[in-house]
Amino acid sequence: MKLSMDLDGIYKPSEDVVAREIQGEFIIIPITSGVGDSEDEIFSLNNFGRSIWDKLDGKKSLKKVINVLALEFLGLPAEIESDVLGLCEELLKRKMIVKA
Amino acid sequence: MVKEDTSKSSLWKNAVAFLGRIDIELTERCNNNCQHCCINLPADDQEARKKELSTEEIKQVLKEIESLGCLSVRFTGGEPLLREDFEELYVFARRLGLKVLIFTNATLITTHLAELFSRIPPLERIEVSVYGMKKESYEKVARVDGSFEAFWRGVNLLLEHKIPFVVKGALLPSNKNEIDEFSAWAAKIPWMDEPPAYSMFFDLRCRRDEKKNELIKKLRISPGEGVKILSRKKEKYIKSMQEFCVKFMRPPGDKLFSCGCGHGGCVDAYGKFQPCMMLRHPDCVYDLKKGSLREALTNFFPKLREMKASNQDYLSRCAKCFLKGLCEQCPAKSWMEQGSLDTPVEYLCGIAHAQARFLGLLGESENAWEIKDWKRRIKL
Repeated sequence: MKLSMDLDGIYKPSEDVVAREIQGEFIIIPITSGVGDSEDEIFSLNNFGRSIWDKLDGKKSLKKVINVLALEFLGLPAEIESDVLGLCEELLKRKMIVKA
Repeated sequence: MVKEDTSKSSLWKNAVAFLGRIDIELTERCNNNCQHCCINLPADDQEARKKELSTEEIKQVLKEIESLGCLSVRFTGGEPLLREDFEELYVFARRLGLKVLIFTNATLITTHLAELFSRIPPLERIEVSVYGMKKESYEKVARVDGSFEAFWRGVNLLLEHKIPFVVKGALLPSNKNEIDEFSAWAAKIPWMDEPPAYSMFFDLRCRRDEKKNELIKKLRISPGEGVKILSRKKEKYIKSMQEFCVKFMRPPGDKLFSCGCGHGGCVDAYGKFQPCMMLRHPDCVYDLKKGSLREALTNFFPKLREMKASNQDYLSRCAKCFLKGLCEQCPAKSWMEQGSLDTPVEYLCGIAHAQARFLGLLGESENAWEIKDWKRRIKL
């Protein structure tokens, strides 16, 4: 199912997941069923992915998240936007983030 | 500001395994009374119950397990579902982001628990012990009327709610003729990736109980009979053992611990942290009421792992024996069988030698610790 992400949308982590850092690896662990997918239930984000996750605080819009990330990371704004929207779409599809 | 690379090629991936797991024995009590069990106390043992860690104490342990970066915790016992606060502890552990592996006999699984596991999945397959495929054989082992029906009720609830679980058997005189029936049934369980494991070389009582040990010794299968069962699928067994031998067989020397003991550990029902599930020698356990898991893992266990054997019998046999990979001799087994950490256990020695003879690594009258050309024999 294709979800369309709204740049003005504000998102936050679902209460049905726990994010943990284990040995330098940032992972998202589902608590309730129906989150993630049944085969590969635990997911890991790289440093950039984690930065996106950290900024999904239920206050900033995706547009604001992209602007903040553009100050912190190398890459063209269009590429950063594409990464943020791609990851958020994936997280939303897996019910790991929700609309604030 | 130095900008970081976005490394977008691996923005998102499936996580791999991290740290090992830590075990918690929620109780030593059990609602079954299995003949061969190394740890079960009666379900209504009030003295044991009073000594058990409280709900809050176990939650503190779970928090520390989480803070140590552990991904998984195993709830075992006794029968862990016997604790009235099981649900509270389970949900607490899961909400900390821990996966929970449950060892159970399944007899206490209710509709409510099955629904809970469905709503908040353990993320580890539940492991269910099976003691027989017929009421008579099962209850001869479990020694509780109605336990066979309770077991099936529990297993059927897991199946109905699609809760992933695997089964493992215990091979005893009363059920050993049911091995094929058990294997065939186990193969139909959707989450069984491989044939079920059987315990048959039973451990003696973890807390050393001579009277109960006498019965367990009588129930143990002989080394020869054990090898027959292990090698039922002869070609597959030989191939896997040959690969295993090259990888793991060599004399261990005088270091007592050559296993993973102490890299993780097991919190017993009363707050003592053991370097493994079996080792309860008083000198080898760490009192969590006086310290922390971290202290045990970083200071106490590493020192323990450096211990060397001093028993001459051990040094002249076990230390020089290349069957180490086949033999379960270890400080825990030595403690349970002999009351010391470094005494050879004849039963385990017999099992290892029987397997080695079957695999053609030893002649009938040879002792493995006397073999000089062991590298050639295992084709190292």
